[in-house]
Amino acid sequence: MTGNGTGSGKLPPLLLLHPDDNILVARRDIAAGERVELDGESFVIPAAVELGHKLARRALAANERVLKYGAPIGSMKTGVSRGEHVHMHNLRSDYIPSTTREGTDGH
Amino acid sequence: MTPASNTAMRGYLRKDGRKGIRNVVAVAYLVECAHHVSRMIVQRSGFDDVHLIGFPGCYPNKYALEMMKRLCTHPNVGAVLLVSLGCESFNREELRRHVHASGRPVDLLVIQQAGGTTRTLNAGIEAVKKMRARITQQQTVPMVVNELVVGTVCGGSDGTSGITANPAVGRCFDWLIENDAACIFEETGELIGCERIMASRAVTPELGREIEACVGKAANYYRIMGYGSFAPGNAEGGLTTLEEKSMGAYSKSGSSPISGLIKPGDIPPRGGLYLLDVVPDGEPRFGFPNISDNAEIVELIACGSHLILFTTGRGSVVGSAISPVIKVCANPDTYERMADDMDVNAGRILHGAGLDDVGREIYGLVQRVAAGEPSKSEALGHQEFILTYKQFEPIGPACLPAA
Repeated sequence: MTGNGTGSGKLPPLLLLHPDDNILVARRDIAAGERVELDGESFVIPAAVELGHKLARRALAANERVLKYGAPIGSMKTGVSRGEHVHMHNLRSDYIPSTTREGTDGH
Repeated sequence: MTPASNTAMRGYLRKDGRKGIRNVVAVAYLVECAHHVSRMIVQRSGFDDVHLIGFPGCYPNKYALEMMKRLCTHPNVGAVLLVSLGCESFNREELRRHVHASGRPVDLLVIQQAGGTTRTLNAGIEAVKKMRARITQQQTVPMVVNELVVGTVCGGSDGTSGITANPAVGRCFDWLIENDAACIFEETGELIGCERIMASRAVTPELGREIEACVGKAANYYRIMGYGSFAPGNAEGGLTTLEEKSMGAYSKSGSSPISGLIKPGDIPPRGGLYLLDVVPDGEPRFGFPNISDNAEIVELIACGSHLILFTTGRGSVVGSAISPVIKVCANPDTYERMADDMDVNAGRILHGAGLDDVGREIYGLVQRVAAGEPSKSEALGHQEFILTYKQFEPIGPACLPAA
C-alpha cells in the first residue's frame, strides 16, 4: 500500500458513501486478518480487498439489491456474509451483463 | 464560493465570434488512402501546432462531413490543409468552401492530381509553412471564463473514479457554470441507471423526458451490440456493474441544472450544463457508438470544447488533436505510477484532501491551460484522433429549451 506515507493510515480504511448503502468501499488495499471498524464494531477482514473494491456492510441475500452512493448498482447472484468481497462472482447488473477478458458475468 | 478567476486568458478571435485557446494548423485526410501522406506532412513540418485529423471511410456519411466541418472550423483551429486521394466520396469541395467561408486559410491537395506521394508531400509541407506563417501573425484578444466550452470524459474508470476525480470535476463544472461557461458531459451509454436522477435536474419536464428517452435508446443500442460500456479493467479496479460505473461517471456533471441535450456537432448556445448524446439514432448500423475514449473526445471537440477534463482511475495516457486534454487521476496508486501523464492527483482525496480543494485545483488549471500552459498529454505530444461512421437525427425543440 502506497498511501501510508501520506496520512491515510490514520483514516478509516472503509468508506461508507451513503447512509443507505449495504456495501463499503476500500479506501486502500486491506489485508486479510486486518482489524477494522465496521459500523462502530471491531471486525476482522476475512480476505484481502484491493483499493476501490467493495465488501458487504452486512449479510446480503441472493437477489438482494446492492446500494452504492444510495443508488442500486445491481442484484446479488448469491448470498454473502458480512465483510465478504462483493464483485463479479456474486453481483450482477440489472441492465447489461459486465464483460471480463474471460466472458460475461453469467447472466 | 467560486475560486478567483484568472485574467490572463487570451484567445484567437474567429469570424463567428468564438475565441480559440490554441491556433492549430489541421491537416485532414479525407480517406484512409490519404492518411500516410497527411501524417508525413505533419511529421516533416515539425511543429507541435500542426495536428493530424481525418476520416478513414470511402463511403459517404453525413455525420462524418458535419463533424469534419465542425472540427475544421473549431475555434482552436487557425488554418486547414485538406488531403484527398481523389476517388473517395467525401465531399471535399463542400468542406473546403465551408472552411473558406469561416475566414480561415484553407488549401486542398488531391494526391491523384498532384502526382503521387512525394509531390503531394512536398506541396503539403510548403502549404503548411505558408499557412502557419500567416496565422502566427494573428494577435490575441482578452478572453473570459464565460467564453469557454469545457467537455469531460472518463476513461479507464475504477472503484476510485466515482469517489475522487469525477465529483472533483463536478465541483469544477459547478464553478465554471456559475461563471456562465458551457460545460458538456456525455456518453449516455455510461449513464444507464442514472436516467431518472438526471431527468429531475433538467430545466424543463420536456427536456427531462428527452433525457430519459435518450438513455433508453443507449441501453437498447448496447443490448443489441451485446456489450455494455464496461471494460475488463473496470472490473479489475473494483467496478462490478454498468450501473455502478454510471453512478460514478455521472458525478462528473456536478450539481447544476441540465440546460440541454445536444448531439455531436451541436454547439451550446450559451453557458450552462449540457448532456451530449453520442449514441446513434435509428437501428444499430455501424457498430459500437464509440469504439474508444478518443471517439468521445472528438465529439466533445466538435461541440466546441476548448479543452477536455479526462478522469481516469486505471490510468489513460491519451491527449487529442485540436483541444488540450487535462488528466485528473482518481487513483492515488495509479498517480504514483504514472505521474508524468497526470495533471491532477485527485486520489489524494482518499488520503484526506478535500473535494473542494481538488475541484479548485482543476478550476485553476482549466484557466492556466486556456491561457496557454500545455497540459501533460499536450506536452508529451499526444494528439490522438478517431472518427468513424455514425448516423444522427437532428435534436428536437424540447432538447434546448432556452435556445
